[in-house]
Amino acid sequence: MSNAKKLIIEPLRKTNPVTVLVLGICSCLAVTAQLKPALVMGASVTVVTAFSNLIISLLRKGIPSRIRIIVQLVVVATLVILIDQFLKAFAYDISKQLSVYVGLIITNCIIMGRLEAFALSHGPWESFLDGLGNGLGYSLILVIVAFFRELFGSGTLLGYQVIPQSFYEAGYQNNGLMILPPMALIVIGIVMWINNSKTETK
Amino acid sequence: MIKNLRRFISKIKPNFTEGGKFAWLQSTFEAFESFLFVPDETTKRGCQIRDAIDLKRTMIFVVIALMPALLFGIWNIGYQHFKATAEAVSFWQTFGFGLFKALPIIVVSYVTGLAIEFAFAQIRHHQVNEGFLVTGMLIPLVLPPDIPLWMVALATAFAVLIGKEAFGGTGMNLVNPALLARAFLFFAYPSVMSGDKVWIADQPDAFTGATPLGILANGGTDIPDAWTMIWGGVPGSIGETSVIAVALGATLLLFTGIASWRIMLSVILGGGLMGLLFNAIGANEYMQLPFYYHYLMGGFAFGAVFMATDPVTAAQTNTGKWIYGMLIGILAVMLRVINPAYPEGMMLSILLLNCFAPLIDHCVIARNIKMRQKRAIVKPKTSVQ
Repeated sequence: MSNAKKLIIEPLRKTNPVTVLVLGICSCLAVTAQLKPALVMGASVTVVTAFSNLIISLLRKGIPSRIRIIVQLVVVATLVILIDQFLKAFAYDISKQLSVYVGLIITNCIIMGRLEAFALSHGPWESFLDGLGNGLGYSLILVIVAFFRELFGSGTLLGYQVIPQSFYEAGYQNNGLMILPPMALIVIGIVMWINNSKTETK
Repeated sequence: MIKNLRRFISKIKPNFTEGGKFAWLQSTFEAFESFLFVPDETTKRGCQIRDAIDLKRTMIFVVIALMPALLFGIWNIGYQHFKATAEAVSFWQTFGFGLFKALPIIVVSYVTGLAIEFAFAQIRHHQVNEGFLVTGMLIPLVLPPDIPLWMVALATAFAVLIGKEAFGGTGMNLVNPALLARAFLFFAYPSVMSGDKVWIADQPDAFTGATPLGILANGGTDIPDAWTMIWGGVPGSIGETSVIAVALGATLLLFTGIASWRIMLSVILGGGLMGLLFNAIGANEYMQLPFYYHYLMGGFAFGAVFMATDPVTAAQTNTGKWIYGMLIGILAVMLRVINPAYPEGMMLSILLLNCFAPLIDHCVIARNIKMRQKRAIVKPKTSVQ
């Protein structure tokens, strides 16, 4: 596997930021009750990780190590504000639904983690791919969790009714627990269980 | 007949051992063999017997202790139904109706749970153990009689998978699986687990069948008299209504020493204490309710006897058991009286304390170590001049 491909593929399963490194759990609980906000959130985080990795990697030789965290925060915060304004302009409803969680991308552990662990010691192109890969890995888990939560919690996907009316008439009911945050944790746990039992290196 | 069966099993046994045709079904075969016959294997290196009673007998005793509550519950399903429809029927008709309602729930609970247990034993190459025998009986007893069967199956699967197998199987679980199944249904499908329409099987529309706790939580005071609640002729989950039936089970558990008397007593004390405190405050009619009513209503007795004393999830140290039980009782009554969203606090308080039990044990042990260390301080030797 070429290096570039490896940087993108590995974070999807083998070093997935959520299921293996257990970072960014809080936002996984908050925005996964429905699929649409989860998709937007995943895309936003991917953009922020990719570009903050790129920018920090370009600046890495000029940043004094003592104040690197502040510099990183400034870069990340700028990107997050850009995303926030973009969403407000072009997807106002989603932006309302996501509310503070867009702003809270700044505190997402995955971003700081990748900046510290990768971007400060690698070239810009590699860092960009690494950020992209980790953002996609995060989005993947977000989408899986949101898929199950929306399907069983509300019977819809992306807002469209997918569980037919005849099911409800036969006695089927939406699972109220799926809407509640604890179930997000349990679904993530199950995803981790399945993922890690298959990729565990011994 | 028995001899033939034994011969047949011995004949097919090689198929299931290492290298046989069905070696992958070894755990299943082993389970059925030891279910039918006493295992004929002996330990090869020294024995490790701690007690004459093993897991299988413990579990069977608890199931026997549950029988009075189950039989009464089955009869009560019929009794409540025919009371609501105002029909006069014989004892056997009443019992038959209840059986018709309760049996499918029991069967579904056992089949789902055991299927998952067997599957996991197979995958992990463990022996199938008896851990589900009691859980499978407890789950139907804490559910309302009209619960849809697919929900029973789903909740059982959830409890066994997430509550037990994810933690490593019988003996490793953090919370009581039967209560977890109930909590799952309670939060996932509130419409079938609360209100005044679910506690009586095939309830006529005009009839309201709230449980005593339900009535109180809605601000009413018109609950059945104490004696009715003691013998159990009130709507409620299948096994929880009769204090007498539960007390019979408790007697057996205490007599055989399977359940801890410390936990049962401290739950009752804790509940009473909180009840008395509310009596002293007396801000509304619910608070003025005599404290012993809390023992009679809902699942307090059932929870104290069968759920809180679960040896796996309860505290293990003796002091820890007192703290654990007291807190369950206190929290249960507090939730009932103060939070009208949850008419029954017993389930949630036991689950919460299940989570805290290891911490309580840790603190008790740490404190004990500290005390003994203090006692054992050796005086420094006086230096020789």
